[in-house]
Amino acid sequence: MSQNVQKIIMLPGRKSAQPAPPERISSEYTATDRLAAWKARWGIARMSYRVKPGLYALGSPSASSPVFAGANYTLSFNALRTNLKGLSAWLLVLDTKGINVWCAAGKGTFGTMELTRSIRQTGLEQLVSHKTIILPQLGAPGVSAHQVKAYTGFSVSYGPVRAKDLQEFLRLGGKATPEMRKVRFNFTDRIILAPVQLVYYAKYLLPAALLLYLAGLKNDAALTVGALLAGSVIVPALLPWLPGRSFAVKGAAAGLAAVAALSPLLPFGPYQLAARALVYAAAASFIGLDFTGASTYTSLSGVKKEMRLATPAQALAFLAGLVLLGARRFL
Amino acid sequence: MILKYLRGVATLKLDSAKCIGCGLCLNVCPHAVFKLESRKAAITDADLCMECGACALNCPTAAISVKKGVGCAQAVRMGFLKGTEPDCGCGDDSSCC
Repeated sequence: MSQNVQKIIMLPGRKSAQPAPPERISSEYTATDRLAAWKARWGIARMSYRVKPGLYALGSPSASSPVFAGANYTLSFNALRTNLKGLSAWLLVLDTKGINVWCAAGKGTFGTMELTRSIRQTGLEQLVSHKTIILPQLGAPGVSAHQVKAYTGFSVSYGPVRAKDLQEFLRLGGKATPEMRKVRFNFTDRIILAPVQLVYYAKYLLPAALLLYLAGLKNDAALTVGALLAGSVIVPALLPWLPGRSFAVKGAAAGLAAVAALSPLLPFGPYQLAARALVYAAAASFIGLDFTGASTYTSLSGVKKEMRLATPAQALAFLAGLVLLGARRFL
Repeated sequence: MILKYLRGVATLKLDSAKCIGCGLCLNVCPHAVFKLESRKAAITDADLCMECGACALNCPTAAISVKKGVGCAQAVRMGFLKGTEPDCGCGDDSSCC
């Protein structure tokens, strides 16, 4: 918790209570915040990055200051407060169980009911003279604006997708440009998500590679690591340039590219190499398909369709490769 | 560069007769799937839809329907194994989200 945000605690039964005079604060992004972000991206004690839900005062907010709602994931909260530099505002932090706004909205924890509960419990109505609450646009999959209005009297105004556009949004009188409304998935957006995927599959594939190495199969140990990197790093990095729209196909292509790149170092003939290409492309395809979860544009209907075709194909290619390698041994 | 997912799979439906042209769907859609045309919402390209459900939930006249869900392979696999709806399990330190 940053000390430059003051927590307002409303005691039950003190409905007319006025907030304590808020201390003057800055919206600094400190080295501690940077470390927290880095650790969260690498999955280190990720779930401990929670902010206490409730109402916070940023700067010296008055009854006419804007109200911003957010998630209680530290990275979300830091994005909100640091992008409001120089402003006075009320920050209403919902209990999203430490999950970012978009994912929480998908699950409904950043939702109509939690927002309603939070508005009521914090006594927001008594603190501000207006009836508008600004939500991140990505909270919309969980929040029904007209229902919130019916339950609490507060109008939901959907702000921009990215917190860094908030000041411009306010300057435009609470209007977002079409560009501010669009989710992006550029190289930086994708590559910061790669470590989570890499760490997740490394848990299984690095021990597997070690076993192969100890069994004297050094080349297969290298190829296993290659497939891991292909699926979890090459797929995010080269997503727009890998062939097809299907993530399984993109993953398979990355896997084949990894085998091809390593092939000059491998002592295999065409048969051995082809059999291994099947095995490792299947593995990279499997990992690549999982990147749909991190992507910002894949639909459930699409993923289901893709999995119906890709899962049997991956299993078949993997097994066929193993059978080919095994058959060779007995020929 | 616009990244597009599989063709013709999105379950998004818009009933123009019910639309009052408030434009809220344009505000909440993260992929600019909607546009306003002669005071009614219209779909630009349904292949851009990721089925997040924001438009349907925020449409005051229920003119929009979409089968909402997470486009996450891990969630679909978990749902299949547990016999539940796809659930990304983001609450328990998984790799997704």
